[in-house]
Amino acid sequence: MSLLEVKDLKVRVEEREILHGLTLTVNPGEVHAIMGPNGSGKSTLSHVIAGKPGYEVTDGQILFRGEDLLEMAPEERAAKGVFLAFQYPVEIPGVATMNFLRTALNAQRKARGEDEYSTPDFLKKVREVAKSLNIPQDMLKRGVNVGFSGGEKKRNEVLQMALFEPAVCILDEMDSGLDIDALRIAADGVNALRTPDRAMVVITHYQRLLNYIVPDVVHVMSKGRVVKSGGKELALELEESGYAQFEDAA
Amino acid sequence: MPAVQETVERVRRIDVDQYRYGFETLIESDKAPKGLSEDTVRFISAKKNEPAWMLEWRLEAFRRWQTMTEPTWARVNYPKIDYQDLYYYSAPKKKTLSSIDEIDPEILKTYEKLGIPLREVAMLEGVEPPPGGEPSANRKIAVDAVFDSVSVATTFQKELKAAGVIFMPISEAIREHPDLVQKYLGTVVPTSDNYFATLNSAVFSDGSFVYVPPGVRCPMELSTYFRINERNTGQFERTLIIADKGSYVSYLEGCTAPQRDENQLHAAVVELVTLDDAEIKYSTVQNWYPGNAEGKGGIYNFVTKRGDCRGKNSKISWTQVETGSAITWKYPSCILRGDNSSGEFYSIAISNGFQQVDSGTKMIHLGKNTSSRIISKGIAAGKSQNTYRGLVTAHRKATGARNYTACDSLLIGDKCGAHTVPYVEAKNSSATFEHEATTSKISEDVLFYCVQRGLSQEEAVGLVVNGFVKDVLQQLPMEFAVEAQKLISISLEGSVG
Repeated sequence: MSLLEVKDLKVRVEEREILHGLTLTVNPGEVHAIMGPNGSGKSTLSHVIAGKPGYEVTDGQILFRGEDLLEMAPEERAAKGVFLAFQYPVEIPGVATMNFLRTALNAQRKARGEDEYSTPDFLKKVREVAKSLNIPQDMLKRGVNVGFSGGEKKRNEVLQMALFEPAVCILDEMDSGLDIDALRIAADGVNALRTPDRAMVVITHYQRLLNYIVPDVVHVMSKGRVVKSGGKELALELEESGYAQFEDAA
Repeated sequence: MPAVQETVERVRRIDVDQYRYGFETLIESDKAPKGLSEDTVRFISAKKNEPAWMLEWRLEAFRRWQTMTEPTWARVNYPKIDYQDLYYYSAPKKKTLSSIDEIDPEILKTYEKLGIPLREVAMLEGVEPPPGGEPSANRKIAVDAVFDSVSVATTFQKELKAAGVIFMPISEAIREHPDLVQKYLGTVVPTSDNYFATLNSAVFSDGSFVYVPPGVRCPMELSTYFRINERNTGQFERTLIIADKGSYVSYLEGCTAPQRDENQLHAAVVELVTLDDAEIKYSTVQNWYPGNAEGKGGIYNFVTKRGDCRGKNSKISWTQVETGSAITWKYPSCILRGDNSSGEFYSIAISNGFQQVDSGTKMIHLGKNTSSRIISKGIAAGKSQNTYRGLVTAHRKATGARNYTACDSLLIGDKCGAHTVPYVEAKNSSATFEHEATTSKISEDVLFYCVQRGLSQEEAVGLVVNGFVKDVLQQLPMEFAVEAQKLISISLEGSVG
């Protein structure tokens, strides 16, 4: 069975249709890249999969391991293993990162009927993961993303991905606002999480990110549809010739 | 704790409301006839075997009260209170208790349900002491439990006595320590102070009295737990705390009431006095019944709390977490009379449903080089209205007075209101007053981020709000902070659609 299947998805935001029948099939272990110009609907797709309010699905479906994802609340989707790494992670003042991580992880485990982590077990786990991502302990004591640099915010997203061990990770414009060193650290973190069971959907504007996170499949989106799919070489092709040809095709 | 869990589930079954403490205890009680007159005042005084001077004091207050009118300046609306339709005295029907074993077991059960131990047990063994606290393997809290109009039990009497600390119901203090009571009662909040304080002076039935002798650091936290049980009963407690020269005491106050359709009146007076180099830390977690989802019932909480830093270098610190009551009208204040004295006010006021909160503080700088600090966090949800009202004033002679005020408001949903009404007066040019205020809403983006990580909407709101109020929570003694944190989440349940 496919891990994630988006079938003929049509989505509106305030009376305007953004996705006009989008289809995408992601299997375990695969890394898919979704590329496209601004306004092509990439971020809308990621938000609808994660269940952000404000979007109206008028047609089509999204299946996760064969289950109807659109019927689930966003937190249920998270507990089932859908993870969205945000383009702009929010700041939550006064809530220590460590506390946030533990609350979220235990909420997910509880929803799945698993035991909550004890404090020592949790601390051990978080320290291991943080170390592998080069995240200083001090950062975990600060408020969630408060005063974090762009690179730190993205590493914090990868840290959560590593901690929650989701089945499918959607990375929304992970490269935005990162310099090349920060990008490499974040990408290394993501690559370390590639497993035969886990799938990733990497949404990006530029080919650059795909030098670090090498995809199995590349999709080109334009005006709310996937207009072309191919192997990783498609990304290079796009880099040379731009998106204009596809905009005409759509 | 199973008892607490049971209560929670019971309340959930009964009502859509999330109020945890809505149970009623069925006990026989001894009540004064309904209504208010000189006879009611005499009845209460007689019930308490009070000396003549105390009755005179009450009657004078009652006569004054009859000439006064109810204040209307606060941003709260409520139907006219019929003061003749209330009971002013209600006591559990059992006479003079000599030991805790004589308390009606129903009442003990009530306190157990509330998580208030009246048996003298050491609480929270091995908990780290607060900064500046005595390191001790087992921290203890002495509790005075007030049920309707009377104090039913005060724990740890012996240990406190050994330290020279007096902690007893004020009704007993009036008989046993008349010199101290007469010297200080009404000196911070005079009988003429305001409508509700004057009413309290006439009919107060019980409350706590604390005296800490010179140089003594009170060996444990003192705590009073107030519960209104009886229908149509007003609770008028009176608390008087005196910290003599160089002493220190930390005092906690908690409150709950059953769920009722009609409103119940609570008009308390708290007076604090610190002499030279003394310090009082007063913490409140107020969780009176706030009324149901339609705004029916709930406690009217009209309270006058004031501290007088009478001596030099003395300090009074108020910390309050206000989550309950249909109406809150409350301004814990400090009179900074002694040179170099300081006052603090840390407040979290949460309103949900149809609650109305008008709360804040007054910092009155009279002495030289006095300082004050105000941190207020208001959270409004549902259809509630939440007002911060504060006064900072420096007298002509209060040279070098300093104040820092920060008022932050957080709105949840779009049917509530937050209002900030600060008054600042400096009558001398050397005063330094700072005021900061912010108002914000919990953004959809923050909530979505949290639910994407597996939290429910309500857990997300609770987390964000607890982050918002963190600066104030840190001021509470540890066991109270944990309780308050839970309470905040419970109060906000149902606040997001």
